[in-house]
Amino acid sequence: MLARDESPLLHTPLHALHVARGGKMVPFAGYEMPVQYAAGVLREHQHTRSAAGLFDVSHMGQLALRPKSGKVEDAALALERLVPQDIVAVAPGRQRYAQFTNPDGGILDDLMVANFGDHLFLVVNAACKVEDEAHLRAHLSEACVIDSLADRALIALQGPKAESALSKFCADVSAMKFMDSSPRKVAGFDCFVSRSGYTGEDGFEISVPAEHAEALVTALLENSDVLPIGLGARDSLRLEAGLCLYGHDIDTTTSPVEGALEWSVQKSRRTGGARAGGFPGAEIILAHFEKGASRRRVGLRPEGRAPVREGAVLFADATSAEPIGKVTSGGFGPTLNAPVAMGYLPSSLTASGTQVFAEVRGQRLPLQVAPTPFVPNTYKR
Amino acid sequence: MTTLYTTDHEWLRIEGDVATIGVTDYAQSQLGDVVFVELPKVGRSLKKAEAAAVVESVKAASDVYAPISGDVLEVNEELAAEPALVNSDAAGKAWFFKLKIADKSELDGLMDEAAYAKHTA
Repeated sequence: MLARDESPLLHTPLHALHVARGGKMVPFAGYEMPVQYAAGVLREHQHTRSAAGLFDVSHMGQLALRPKSGKVEDAALALERLVPQDIVAVAPGRQRYAQFTNPDGGILDDLMVANFGDHLFLVVNAACKVEDEAHLRAHLSEACVIDSLADRALIALQGPKAESALSKFCADVSAMKFMDSSPRKVAGFDCFVSRSGYTGEDGFEISVPAEHAEALVTALLENSDVLPIGLGARDSLRLEAGLCLYGHDIDTTTSPVEGALEWSVQKSRRTGGARAGGFPGAEIILAHFEKGASRRRVGLRPEGRAPVREGAVLFADATSAEPIGKVTSGGFGPTLNAPVAMGYLPSSLTASGTQVFAEVRGQRLPLQVAPTPFVPNTYKR
Repeated sequence: MTTLYTTDHEWLRIEGDVATIGVTDYAQSQLGDVVFVELPKVGRSLKKAEAAAVVESVKAASDVYAPISGDVLEVNEELAAEPALVNSDAAGKAWFFKLKIADKSELDGLMDEAAYAKHTA
């Protein structure tokens, strides 16, 4: 850890553009990234919900898994040894959300997997990308060539005006559906475009060769509907959308079932399925599917105005001494104009409307278990 | 009427034995969009450097410390109802609380406007 803390912060290919546009730069996952621009977190958040926001997520890891046999199904089968998802069923041009699990049934990282016809394209979290690549090399090298695509930038264009903004540079994006993903030309550059994101809004994620990233982003920002958005609003947008932040809402100690991610594990990998089990921690994770887990991630709405943040301890009532859980993400939801949070509770207390209490600055504040997403998503299905 | 400043970016407006306290424009620019303010209870006896109020932006919570000791005489209910006043008028409408100054000698260590301007330069 010390070595990493002491190393100088890395820059994405868009660093100079962030600084030129007034980005307030902060350290994040080993990179110097914009937490906000002059507009500020609130306006950036609202602009993304009402028009379009452009995010630099080039710190994330991009990888290609190329099957040595030449058959993409072999890469999919190999990857299924590390994730509880059905990767074989991901059709060419489609993408799926997945998790790398560990032998304890916990989550090493969450990721996106796309089928590009002759290989798989993976996007992983910045803080885990070194470990993820080593993990893939250790387990899949006999079946796949693992390419780290470090020469590519990654941007996200999110919000109701994202489609019209991107259409100016990529003719056929309006035909894409949520989680479609494939190589396409954008402004003449060889990009990978997926219709997905981390805001709950319709939008796109675009992988672009690093040397063209600034030209593409500059072109997109010429449209007055599009504003650059920092990490601050990225976090408040994903929180309102009820989306997990790895290392906070899910980690090596939470199973996909505890993390309320059952929807992401297809029947074919569960007990009785065609390719049941066969991923790290399968015994524990499949037992959670069958018998339930003792705790579960839930959405929480504080009843008052005070934000309840990560780390706040949860109690069943206003006086009991026994903690029952913890808040894993929390803050203010600008769209709701109210505080929102997520956290873990005993499975018996996860019904919507259940009242629990969080300790904040020595006071017990009431919260209610609430369904997520807090703000309805607008994916183009 | 004198205005004094702390290294923690609070201002104090001194009128007789009453100090009105808020955070500076520099502080609000660092905090970002303020969404919640928690004020002390009227009548609370504050010691110098004690956490007296909380100001929260979308991203983070920060304490506001009592720059001097004294009893809380009044709090700004309008600010509790409209926390964004901190961003729009930090030095004016967004005052936090008024203290009855317990020990005037505690004012000696505080900065005047010129010294504070230098501190934030």
